[in-house]
Amino acid sequence: MEMYRSHVLVCAGAGCISSDCKSVQQALLANINDLRLDNEVKVVETGCMGPCDLGPVVMVFPDGVFYRKLKPEDTREIVNEHLLKGKVVTRLLHSPVGSSEKVVSFNELEFFKRQTRIALRNTGVINPESVEEYIARDGYRALGKALSQMTPEEVVITIKESGLRGRGGAGFPTGLKWQFTAAAPGSPKYVVCNADEGDPGAFMDRSILEGDPHSVLEAMAICGYAIGANKGYIYVRAEYPLAVERLELAISKGREYGLLGENIFGTGFSFDVEIRVGAGAFVCGEETALLASIEGQRGEPRPKPPFPAQEGLWGKPTVINNVETLANIAQIVLNGAPWYASMGTEKSKGTKVFALAGKVNNTGLVEVPMGTTLREIIFDIGGGINGGKKFKAVQTGGPSGGCIPEAYLDTPVDYDSLNELGTIMGSGGMIIVDEDTCMVDLAKFFLDFVQDESCGKCAPCRIGTKRMLEILERITSGQGQEGDIELLEELSYGIKNSALCGLGQTAPNPVLSTLRYFRHEYEAHIRDHKCPAAACPELLTYYIDPRACKGCGVCSKACPSDAVIGEKKKPHTIDLNKCIKCGTCKQKCKFDAVITV
Amino acid sequence: MSSINLTIDNMQVQVEPGTTVLQAARQAGIKIPTLCYLEEINEIGACRICLVEVQGARTLQASCVTPVSEGMVVRTNTTQVRQVRKMNLELIMSNHPQECLTCPRSTNCELQQLASELGITEIKFAGEMSSYEPDYSSASLVRDPRKCILCRRCTSVCENVQKVNAIGPQERGFNTIVAPAFLEPLGEVSCVNCGQCALVCPTAAIHEKDQTAEVWKVLADPKKHVVVQTAPAVRVSIGEMFGLQPGSVETGRLVAALRKLGFDRVFDTDFTADLTIMEEGNELLQRIKEGGKLPLVTSCSPGWIKYIEHFYPEMLPHLSTCKSPQQMFGALAKSYYVEQAGIDAADIFVVSIMPCTAKKFEAGRHEMADSGHQDVDVVLTTRELGKMLREAGIEFSALAEEEYDAPLGMSTGAGVIFGSTGGVMEAALRTAYELVTGETLPALDFHAVRGLEGVKEASVNLNGTTLNAVVAHGLGNAMDVLERVKAGHQYHFIEIMCCPGGCIGGGGQPIPTNREVREKRMAGIYNADQGMVIRKSHENPAVQALYKDFLGEPLGHKSHQLLHTHYMPRNRH
Repeated sequence: MEMYRSHVLVCAGAGCISSDCKSVQQALLANINDLRLDNEVKVVETGCMGPCDLGPVVMVFPDGVFYRKLKPEDTREIVNEHLLKGKVVTRLLHSPVGSSEKVVSFNELEFFKRQTRIALRNTGVINPESVEEYIARDGYRALGKALSQMTPEEVVITIKESGLRGRGGAGFPTGLKWQFTAAAPGSPKYVVCNADEGDPGAFMDRSILEGDPHSVLEAMAICGYAIGANKGYIYVRAEYPLAVERLELAISKGREYGLLGENIFGTGFSFDVEIRVGAGAFVCGEETALLASIEGQRGEPRPKPPFPAQEGLWGKPTVINNVETLANIAQIVLNGAPWYASMGTEKSKGTKVFALAGKVNNTGLVEVPMGTTLREIIFDIGGGINGGKKFKAVQTGGPSGGCIPEAYLDTPVDYDSLNELGTIMGSGGMIIVDEDTCMVDLAKFFLDFVQDESCGKCAPCRIGTKRMLEILERITSGQGQEGDIELLEELSYGIKNSALCGLGQTAPNPVLSTLRYFRHEYEAHIRDHKCPAAACPELLTYYIDPRACKGCGVCSKACPSDAVIGEKKKPHTIDLNKCIKCGTCKQKCKFDAVITV
Repeated sequence: MSSINLTIDNMQVQVEPGTTVLQAARQAGIKIPTLCYLEEINEIGACRICLVEVQGARTLQASCVTPVSEGMVVRTNTTQVRQVRKMNLELIMSNHPQECLTCPRSTNCELQQLASELGITEIKFAGEMSSYEPDYSSASLVRDPRKCILCRRCTSVCENVQKVNAIGPQERGFNTIVAPAFLEPLGEVSCVNCGQCALVCPTAAIHEKDQTAEVWKVLADPKKHVVVQTAPAVRVSIGEMFGLQPGSVETGRLVAALRKLGFDRVFDTDFTADLTIMEEGNELLQRIKEGGKLPLVTSCSPGWIKYIEHFYPEMLPHLSTCKSPQQMFGALAKSYYVEQAGIDAADIFVVSIMPCTAKKFEAGRHEMADSGHQDVDVVLTTRELGKMLREAGIEFSALAEEEYDAPLGMSTGAGVIFGSTGGVMEAALRTAYELVTGETLPALDFHAVRGLEGVKEASVNLNGTTLNAVVAHGLGNAMDVLERVKAGHQYHFIEIMCCPGGCIGGGGQPIPTNREVREKRMAGIYNADQGMVIRKSHENPAVQALYKDFLGEPLGHKSHQLLHTHYMPRNRH
């Protein structure tokens, strides 16, 4: 193996790709070649490192120097100064929000320092297209251990004792699922990886598939051994083309190296994996809909029981595990159940990956032990709210979850604590909202999402979520009526109690939780026709502050409905009968004279 | 396995393993309302009306899909259960046009009935309604998606019973619509027009194409000589339109009612059913003798014909070239009958009363005009006839029985049993046996081909030659039989009827048509056969006269011209 004195890791996660890391990488390579350093310095394209808002990001090892927000032209300096002369380029280092101090190493950043990366152990560290790099980091050792030193029953017991619960949302104990499937009569059995990640703002699974695909394949093979299956399917959404590409490559490499396929490691155990690409339906993340889709049927849930462990794919016993769940498996097998169970809370063991999104400074991907408080995640790791605004709430669990207000920021995060607060862990999306967000509007956003993604099979979800959305639209447009809140509550409880699948049963959660914590905002919309966050355009009234207005006339010219009147150089006024509340005047005014109430 | 004990509404109930909570409740005499549920056909838990509380369950459970378990505690009548059932029904109704007064299914609508049973007095959840346009493209059926409550019964019957898959859920969420793939018009896809979807629809989202106006118009036209033919299966079901029991044999009153409506002549399709036996029976014997294409497959059922044209075009040579009895009748009415009666063929109008929606399509096939005119002008279903009789104020059950007109009203018991699965086969065997052996059949009833079993086989010894016969009803079973033929099974004669139970279970029959109703109508058919003086087609004197005076001989030149047809391969999609 060739030796290099320095490795430059270029993050090629989707966030960095969209901030054009490819150009940065090309420039980096060109500059390295120019200085003939290509025998000494190796550039590695990795999966997502996590701090997506800082992209494109690059780490230089062995020191772990962390450069952020790079432009292609910055690379010349990095190559000239850092890689050639060993001098860190200070101006390209990161200073956390509220600090002017430049931090050199990624290890010193709160964002990385407070994380415990198990599922993400290789993501952002290795080249995901290199099976050798995966193997170099203990890859496929767990499979070897399971096949050569453990009985299938021992593997199941290990996973059970680790306390690992399903990371896709519902939190069902993984080992129990494996045990049920192993014990179920019927053959053949199947292992299915659910990679139909679809919550708005969630990208944990994509990052793992793109950054460390072998960790999923290895885990599927271990599961296959444990339950007696020789075939696995990965159901991945079509919107993840890079994940599909890297999985395909990983599968073919796995077969080539004898890590998948017939007679793995000469043990007589055979296991192979196929990819099935989804067609863009959120509901296919629901396990029975997912199975229907793999079978070539319309992706619709069916009643349970029978559960997939008894009658799954093509009616055969099937384990369905989410990507992140699987990404933990190899580490648990290698390090033992007690090691994993030593992390986390009483009923929620290990770590959890969260996708931070919304009004937080450090948007991106983080992995922390269960039981970490929301405050640590949002403020210490996430760097707090951006723009100096005030935290209002965090939505967890995507459209199936709910919001948590400031009063509960010190709650240790685990499956049960979130349930008590009226939300769910879900797949790990955390959308942080600030004081400018209207909570009725937030609930409307998620209801709009679920009613659009409803498969249409059962009546409460198909029609009920539509009716809920209509009521929310009414409220946010100032047409709310007395009794609307009660109607929303009646629909919410009815749908929760009677929908066929998890999508419908959890669809009212965003409404219920915003009603629980922010009922006054609903009431203000309905009774006072006011949006307390000043976010619902139809409930705003535009005024011009005569003290601030210079009479420049810019707003008057820009107004599409000729609602702004006034003489030049004298304070203008808005004719409220003509105003269509488009907000153009407010955007155009250089003197902040246009105010909304 | 031993039985399972559970508690429903504080009652101890003991049922077989595998029973659903709904079935268990019914066995215990507890009524749970249902909407999308259709026993053995549609058990998908979609409407969420049959909800019950199951102790320990996180949410209410749909009883139609929840299996019982030992020690289960179920409550079917709690405040929560009633409230959520009502909410779901109100939601369904909030997207259903409130047009009951003008709806073709008014007073026979399960949604209407359920709203009354659950005590719905208002719909709290007004909002946007589905706006898909009705589809009039089919010759047989009309789809009105606005009235569809997406119970999926139609798609289940189309997919699982008929295995045609012409319609299914398209789009998603609130925009979900039951329609052909890519929202193609029904008239342009591989729908076979069987109308089983219309039979199971709880509302008027799929119904027969109503052609009663055309018949009213022609009945009022003094220049037209309007004749009507009645299919065998109509006589045992028409009474249901007037509150009589399924299977009640109403031949005489049916004739009287049609005369009252104003038809000039009331004839019977049973006559041409007998004729079919003469032609098809001889075709079979000829094929056996001359080494023709075997097995021979019956061609009476127009849904079946369109099915084989779409899905097994390579097997079309197996089909008998005989037209269906309806079409033979039309061709003879406009040739033989007009000649005898001295009427201009342009002035005669032929109406059929059929248990069938596919017959509407069949009557419109271009090749069905061998008389020089379209052989059959309008086809009405049993339901449409019932509607006309009601509109005319004819009190069906008070009518005195009357006889069919001669000569096309003369028939035998063999003609009647065409209305049930196995009937064509039995009629053919009665005749073939006597034609081949020259002996009188010792026992007329062939029980092996009767009943609701999906595929029935029988072997008959004809003068030392064994004739292997097979009977299938419902296209899913038909498919099985065709696959057996492909796999090399040695059959000589196959009877296929498109609809489950045969024509007694046809898509044009009164609603409801379920297993129990089918069994009763079938019993009615065999009762009618028993009551006939002549029970063998070749003994029908009017048929004998027809050959003597007009056709010459079975499979003769004139027969070929008027009574036989050809088929066309169609695309699968």
